[in-house]
Amino acid sequence: MELYDGPLDVKEIFGRWLDEEAASNYGAYIPFVGTIRAEDGIEALSFDIYEPVLRVWFDVWQEKAKARGAVVKMAHSIGDVPVHTSSYVSAVFSPKRRVALELIEEFVEDFKANAPIWKYDVKNGERIYAEDRSTPMDGSGLLA
Amino acid sequence: MVKVEFLGPIGKAPVEMEAATLADVAEKLQEDSTVKEWLPKCAVALNDTMVSDLNTPLKDGDKISILPPVCGG
Repeated sequence: MELYDGPLDVKEIFGRWLDEEAASNYGAYIPFVGTIRAEDGIEALSFDIYEPVLRVWFDVWQEKAKARGAVVKMAHSIGDVPVHTSSYVSAVFSPKRRVALELIEEFVEDFKANAPIWKYDVKNGERIYAEDRSTPMDGSGLLA
Repeated sequence: MVKVEFLGPIGKAPVEMEAATLADVAEKLQEDSTVKEWLPKCAVALNDTMVSDLNTPLKDGDKISILPPVCGG
């Protein structure tokens, strides 16, 4: 798992991951790119990450992937990411395409629901928590 | 003493408190009206592991993290 300040260098990351697994005998490599869209007058999105819990979450996914003969990789931005640049990339490598296609969907969906990352719209230089697009994590409300 | 930290948009400085279980932490946090509003939608980690049982025992030096709704990507 890789974390970067600001937008991701998508081509460098995907190219490097391809090189890393070049001799691993995987038949399928399925990448996902999340790009910041220009909407609602935003200049950028901005992100806070709680890295210790994110690493635990990602380690569990690596084990799930390994059990299916696959590998998952991801990179995410911290701080401001301007529109038309990318804040999130992930990928699955697997021996055959079916496992990779299934895993990329499960991985990205669980990422949206349970990775400890907080998103803010940036408008006129101000950070506004994207509360209406955010999801309570599994187990929320324990202390209420 | 245990330390409670509030992550992401909650925007509150960490607090220390005496607590034997997570139920004690819940009781004390509910006294703070700003934090109380966040609690129904927040998950909880103990020493960076997600927890789901109010009876979880706590020891001196434990770190409790309050995690509000997330949106990565």
